[in-house]
Amino acid sequence: MPLESIARVTGRGVPLRGEDVDTDRIVPARFLRAVTFDDLGRHAFEDARAEARSRGTLHPFDDPRYAGGAVLLVGRNFGCGSSREHAARAIAKRGVRALVGESFGDIFAGNATALGIPCACVAREDGDVILRNVEVEPATMIEVDVDRLRIRAGEREFAFHMPVAVQRALLDGAWDPIADLLAREAAIGATAARLDYLRWARPKAETE
Amino acid sequence: MGRSLFDKVWDRHTVGELPDGRTQLFIGLHYVHEVTSPQAFAMLDDLGLGVRMPERTVATVDHVVPTDLPMRRREGARRLPFSDAVAEGMTAALESAAKRFGIRLLAAGSETAGVVHVVGPELGLTQPGMTLACGDSHTSTHGAFGSIAFGIGTTQVRDVLATQTLAARRLAVRRIVVDGSLGPGVYAKDVILHVIRSLGTSAGAGCAYEFAGSTVDTLSMEERMTLCNMAIEGGARVGYCNPDETTFAFLRGRPHAPAREAWDGAVDYWRSMASDGDASYDGVARFDAARIAPTVTWGITPGQAIAVDERIPYPDEGQTVADRSVIREALEYMKLDPGAPIAGTPVQVAFIGSCTNGRLSDLREVARYLSGHRVARGVRALVVPGSMSVARAAEAEGIDAVFRDAGFEWRSPGCSMCLGMNDDRLVGDQTCASASNRNFKGRQGSSTGRTLLMSPVMVAAAAIAGAVTDARDVFDMRPRSNPDAS
Repeated sequence: MPLESIARVTGRGVPLRGEDVDTDRIVPARFLRAVTFDDLGRHAFEDARAEARSRGTLHPFDDPRYAGGAVLLVGRNFGCGSSREHAARAIAKRGVRALVGESFGDIFAGNATALGIPCACVAREDGDVILRNVEVEPATMIEVDVDRLRIRAGEREFAFHMPVAVQRALLDGAWDPIADLLAREAAIGATAARLDYLRWARPKAETE
Repeated sequence: MGRSLFDKVWDRHTVGELPDGRTQLFIGLHYVHEVTSPQAFAMLDDLGLGVRMPERTVATVDHVVPTDLPMRRREGARRLPFSDAVAEGMTAALESAAKRFGIRLLAAGSETAGVVHVVGPELGLTQPGMTLACGDSHTSTHGAFGSIAFGIGTTQVRDVLATQTLAARRLAVRRIVVDGSLGPGVYAKDVILHVIRSLGTSAGAGCAYEFAGSTVDTLSMEERMTLCNMAIEGGARVGYCNPDETTFAFLRGRPHAPAREAWDGAVDYWRSMASDGDASYDGVARFDAARIAPTVTWGITPGQAIAVDERIPYPDEGQTVADRSVIREALEYMKLDPGAPIAGTPVQVAFIGSCTNGRLSDLREVARYLSGHRVARGVRALVVPGSMSVARAAEAEGIDAVFRDAGFEWRSPGCSMCLGMNDDRLVGDQTCASASNRNFKGRQGSSTGRTLLMSPVMVAAAAIAGAVTDARDVFDMRPRSNPDAS
């Protein structure tokens, strides 16, 4: 299954201020009551969007100035909490193809990577500059260059980091690893063979 | 130089290095559940793949199950469909996938029903020296046994189903050392809330936390599970304790523990996986157990925790710009005043349960103190045992009666009000004293609901007082001073 190389994501930004935005906030648990991922886009940040409306403001995902934005700009520890891949998928369904922030929850970042969505970690000051830039000038084009680990926002450029293996997976089109995992059948068997505990189970009659 | 348990287990389960440099890691035990796994089975179908090791895969139903089910059913009787049609559909999807692929199902309503992180250990499925994954972030719980256990997304659930492996990056290992004796009324829950409060909610990113020290050594397995359960709330995907005699004693005789003839070899393997005395770590943080008090969260992250006798912080007490901003956001959401004591904060709901604190020892400990007390008027108090086996054992000891007599609802097992995926939800902006693990905005099923995390005994005290209160006073737990001493 050859996948596309994700070397560069270019698009307008969606500035989402806030720290420790957890996956319950991205998709509240009550919307996980389904056996498919189909309906998730609608429910992304549902409670936060309703709260913004109730204050007479607009959540960035409802703000027409940021409509069609492909790069989500976030703060510290974005996507902390639950392992629900629903969170990364809901954001993807809103058209997001890359995230830029100070830091990300480990499981969320892994889920995003598996969908081919880079999570770029920037210095806090740089993240602030990019975010403010987009708030002032929503038409600013943001380019996340996975190859050079650089973010271009308008005229300015910033460094970002991501784990080397994740960078390579994105560049090599191996962000969904299933083909590589399946290719090593013999090695999987050899690993299982050296794990004695796989054979310690009691006979079935003895257990249930 | 010695090696840590993490490094030993990781290396032993390494299938090889993937072209991008990630490790292809073998997963010794895979738990699946109804919320994050049915989609993975659909992905297998799309790719024409099967389940590589159904015998190393165990399915549970916990997140959406109603908790008002009858606790007894006729032997061998089929489960009655849930009246909640969506929950029924999700459960049926998992049941059918389990049947189709030959996966063991710990069925809803059966004697092995319960929350995956309670039932797995109870059955002896979770063992030291394993790698273990589940589409649930609280999989870190199983690290209490000295396994490397972590939560994964649905695409990775697919990977593990198809290949029994996944692509992973090696974690750094940070040692969290807690020494000394915990005071009366101070529990593992307080320890982990204190650790997260001190280190922050993202300090564990890219790390496994190894919990060690004399305090951890003396904790029971159930307390160690509480500790490891919440490692993820500190940002650490993996939390673990080294296996020891306490671990082995817990496992002996459990239905899925190694068979008699394999036992000695198993214990040798488990011992050999424990961290060496001279293992090196990527960092060490030390805590003094005597300085840990009953701890309560006041905000919207598990790191926003204070001792029960402390005051709610002002925004300018945050150490960083980000901290100050989250304090402001939390004060507004929680409708709390900075500078006010957390004690006395009114609660309308009290919840004891979840993969954090829904085990028998949690219920026993509360029952020890609860007799003779009554839940305050206007407070809804629920106990949701973590598993059918916890419920049965508690009922055999009369613990259910103690709770009922005090005015608690005694419900059937499930995840329940930890995340409100069934009917057990907060209403409006109710405040809940909760023995669960997350106080995120909207976590307990209402978009304006408020959660205060604390130990089960502290939840019981709050239920009785109708407000956050120091359980040591309510239950007279302080050590008495000796009148004869000078």
